[in-house]
Amino acid sequence: MRRLPIIAVAGLALAMAGCDNMANQPKRLPFQLPYGAEANWPALPPAGIVANDEPFGPPPPPPVTIALLARGQQRYDIYCSPCHNRVGDGNGMIVQRGFPRPPSYFSANLIKASNQHYYDVITHGHGVMYPYAVRVAPPDRWAIITYIRALQASENARLAEVPPAQRSLLQ
Amino acid sequence: MAIFGPRANLWMNTALVSVVVLFLGALLSIWVVPVMGYNTQERYAPEQPVPFSHRHHVTGLGLDCRYCHMTVETGQYAGMPPTETCMTCHSQIWTHAGVLEPVRQSFAENISLRWNWVYRLPDYVYFDHSIHIAKGVGCTECHVSIGDEALTRKTTTLYMSWCLDCHRNPAPHLRPLDQVFNPSWKRTANTPSGTALMTAYHIHPETLSDCGVCHR
Repeated sequence: MRRLPIIAVAGLALAMAGCDNMANQPKRLPFQLPYGAEANWPALPPAGIVANDEPFGPPPPPPVTIALLARGQQRYDIYCSPCHNRVGDGNGMIVQRGFPRPPSYFSANLIKASNQHYYDVITHGHGVMYPYAVRVAPPDRWAIITYIRALQASENARLAEVPPAQRSLLQ
Repeated sequence: MAIFGPRANLWMNTALVSVVVLFLGALLSIWVVPVMGYNTQERYAPEQPVPFSHRHHVTGLGLDCRYCHMTVETGQYAGMPPTETCMTCHSQIWTHAGVLEPVRQSFAENISLRWNWVYRLPDYVYFDHSIHIAKGVGCTECHVSIGDEALTRKTTTLYMSWCLDCHRNPAPHLRPLDQVFNPSWKRTANTPSGTALMTAYHIHPETLSDCGVCHR
């Protein structure tokens, strides 16, 4: 029985070896390279690679609702307003800091342009505008287009067309 | 030989002083050292490949948080922008700035920039950004002064006690959903009360500090 303490200490030492650092578990996390990896992730997936849950082709335009318009306004203010400005005249903060000025949405060309044209420009970019496919999901692109159409309609609206209850907000 | 040698007094005094010093040292190491900035890394800004300034981009230019942190509303992680997002503006502005050279190189070679973690959580914590956003917890509730930081720094301890402060009493930290991303939001007289917002968002603090909320 003299050896009991020795066995106990040896057993405890063995058990302690199981106490690894739970704060760093051997699992793969987003934005983390595997341990010991040398190469870095590519910044964008190679051309032709699609996510396995990516739908085929663009979704059809959804029906226009007030919720779609609100979503469009929110997304427009996040992703488009830095250049196109919140009112759509193309004089956003980034343009004021030296970015080439985009055309106003109220120009005759852009009022005539089809919804598909706007969709394609958001997806693939146009001129110095980069693609927004990564940043704006397909349903949100339609929402943004709806909001841009609302901005265009508001440009020449008269006070008489505003519901009486809302008029005091504008005066 | 005498019981007490000539240095007996010295030994005794040393022993008494040592006991006091060790006791105070133990108190310090338990209660003071863990909350010192050196250990919590509060106000610590790790070195980054590019000295990105939230003050310039958020407070100065008025960019929305989501312009770059795209998955904050839908995912566990807020998301770091691909280099394409940086180059959206910097292909035209500051095109020859030396500090942006790593960005241009990353874009040309299609290799991600490697930023250093500022807010690092242990792997046994399953924090999720999206649920906090959906329940009206504004970015600056945790990333206190982020909109005004010239270099991104850690502004909280990230201790579990800090998480629990809010999980036990969420009401004062809630805001209307349209103000969640406003970095300079302040509660005004017209803001719905925290309790009202808690009811509206279906937040139940009695289950919010259960272990399984954050640990799996």
